[in-house]
Amino acid sequence: MEAWPIYRVMGEEANAPNEVSDDLALRIYKDMVLLRTFDEKTLNLQRQGRVGTFAPSLGQEATEIGSAYALAKQDWLVPSYRDHGALYVHGVPFENVILFAMGRAGSLAGDVRALPSSIPIATHLPHAVGLALAMQLQKEQSIAIAYFGDGGTSEGDFHEALNFAGVFKAPVIFLCQNNGWAISVPVSRQTGSSTLAQKAVAYGISGIRVDGNDALAVYQAVKQARQRALSGGGATLIEALTYRIGPHTTADDPTRYRSPEDLVPWKGEQDPITRLGRYLEKQGVLADSDLDQLRQEARDWINQAVEATEALPPANAAEMFEHVYAVMPPRLAQQLAELEGGADAWQS
Amino acid sequence: MAELNMVQALNTALHELFATDPRVLLMGEDVGKNGGVFRVSEGLFDQFGGTRVIDTPLAESGIIGTAIGLAVGGMRPIAEIQFMGFLYPGLDQLFSHAGRLRTRSLERVTVPLVVRMPYGGGIRAPEQHADSAEAYLTHTPGLKVVVPSTPYDAKGLLYAAVEDPDPVIFLEPIRMYRLGRMAVPEGRFTVPIGQARIAREGQDLTLIAWGAMTHLALTVAEDFAARGISIEVLDMRTLAPLDREAIGRSVAKTGRCVILHEAPRTGGLAGEITALIMETAFWSLKAPVSRVTGFDVPYPAYAWEDFYMPNAERLTKAIEDTVKD
Repeated sequence: MEAWPIYRVMGEEANAPNEVSDDLALRIYKDMVLLRTFDEKTLNLQRQGRVGTFAPSLGQEATEIGSAYALAKQDWLVPSYRDHGALYVHGVPFENVILFAMGRAGSLAGDVRALPSSIPIATHLPHAVGLALAMQLQKEQSIAIAYFGDGGTSEGDFHEALNFAGVFKAPVIFLCQNNGWAISVPVSRQTGSSTLAQKAVAYGISGIRVDGNDALAVYQAVKQARQRALSGGGATLIEALTYRIGPHTTADDPTRYRSPEDLVPWKGEQDPITRLGRYLEKQGVLADSDLDQLRQEARDWINQAVEATEALPPANAAEMFEHVYAVMPPRLAQQLAELEGGADAWQS
Repeated sequence: MAELNMVQALNTALHELFATDPRVLLMGEDVGKNGGVFRVSEGLFDQFGGTRVIDTPLAESGIIGTAIGLAVGGMRPIAEIQFMGFLYPGLDQLFSHAGRLRTRSLERVTVPLVVRMPYGGGIRAPEQHADSAEAYLTHTPGLKVVVPSTPYDAKGLLYAAVEDPDPVIFLEPIRMYRLGRMAVPEGRFTVPIGQARIAREGQDLTLIAWGAMTHLALTVAEDFAARGISIEVLDMRTLAPLDREAIGRSVAKTGRCVILHEAPRTGGLAGEITALIMETAFWSLKAPVSRVTGFDVPYPAYAWEDFYMPNAERLTKAIEDTVKD
């Protein structure tokens, strides 16, 4: 047996029993379709100049949605910039994602337990460790989960976070979406290890590889890691093997570093929506024709969200100063007055 | 009232804060059984245990990053960096996250975090143990930076820092840790963040300093008093946000100003304070604003330390040049 087998629930290579009800699997499927539709729509909006740079998660829907379905509301989600799908499942409306893509702050909403998406790579992983320890100290039944990519495993903060998690037995999950690419650099340039999951061993935490395009496997792996964390078993590094079929962001041209043929299996047999759809058809809870209808519903719903977001009042200058400190210090009040034309710098 | 040095004042404040607020934690290298390399946390581990007085792995970004998570998650962490010269791996956490999370989340996420560290030179420490890197921090929006120069201010500012809803960097001048005692009240009191202190009143010149340099400023001011020149010493106490009012008020009164800091000159805070004086007191100036600072060289090994550090001779000359007409 391989030292680091790939955990799978669906398909011929399945090596673990399915524990997901058809009803739950169908809900996961619908949100995966919604996420795919949202990303396609937002890519179009970017081309029309209606939103700014955007990082789609095309091809990674099973990991995004499946993982977040395994969380409880009280868990802390610590995302990277490609994780709006997981944030959506955790309670952040897509309107807020659109706002974020429109260059506005406010990617969070309500009392959802999440941090703003981390833009620097892997520096948010220690935050997840700290949040997990805070939950443990306050005797809450909740964990923290950090989302990051294969490139993130090269950063020092990845190692510091896993090391702290090991030393302090923090109830935290490190969800690495190995999508094959850090912009143009393949995963073979990130590590000499044969897997990313095996890095867990060095830190004394659990590690697992999971088929990241098998939504049910991702769901179960995260669920098990969450249980382990809550029962005192410490942290887990999950390497979800998936593939980024879109660009890194709208500013990226993937044809410079990979050929269209590379995408064929990932857009075909390996597509996470196709795979879960087939499974659900076999279970008799989804018809072939349902997908078109689901996509149309998603499009209508997203169009409404875009229109609602575009109808919001434009950004105003005061907002830029109001949220830096709990109480605005005099120097910021003075700078705001200066911007608004009210103050003479050397006389105030 | 107990007469305490700065280490004792900080230690007392920590004991009181731990006893009154169960959310308060201390984390860092050697802060537990060892009580910190300068003994600031002495006795804390024995009294409050290892879940609140936490010896961490040696990783400054990990320490500050984990503390950010703890702060967001409802705790009141105090992270200790062993020396300011070792802060730099943790700057990313301060620059990229601690100072931005309130803004980026539109205040859904806040970071009530204190990062304490010894800083500054003058004690013949090994290389890279004597940096004054405050300007990197004061340049960073979203952070507050405080520097006590007395045991009283050390305790009052630590209370204020721990109670502050935003991240506060707490710089402890190594040279002042055990130099001199003063009466420090028992129990809670705060020194407000953002307020400078007039350490000595005067009429002829404003001398602006912080940390260990405040004591050099006071000594030199005393010498000038004997010569009939009255110097006002302003101890900034908070470096971000700077007390612009206090600077403007004092310089408008005296018309002359010398600024003193250990940090290298270029990009140091003396430049910023000079600009604030241009904005607030230019028409009162009787002489150019002058600065006495460290030089634009890496903080030297200690055989050269006396050449590097601002001293009474350099400060006296700068003051004489400023008051000559």
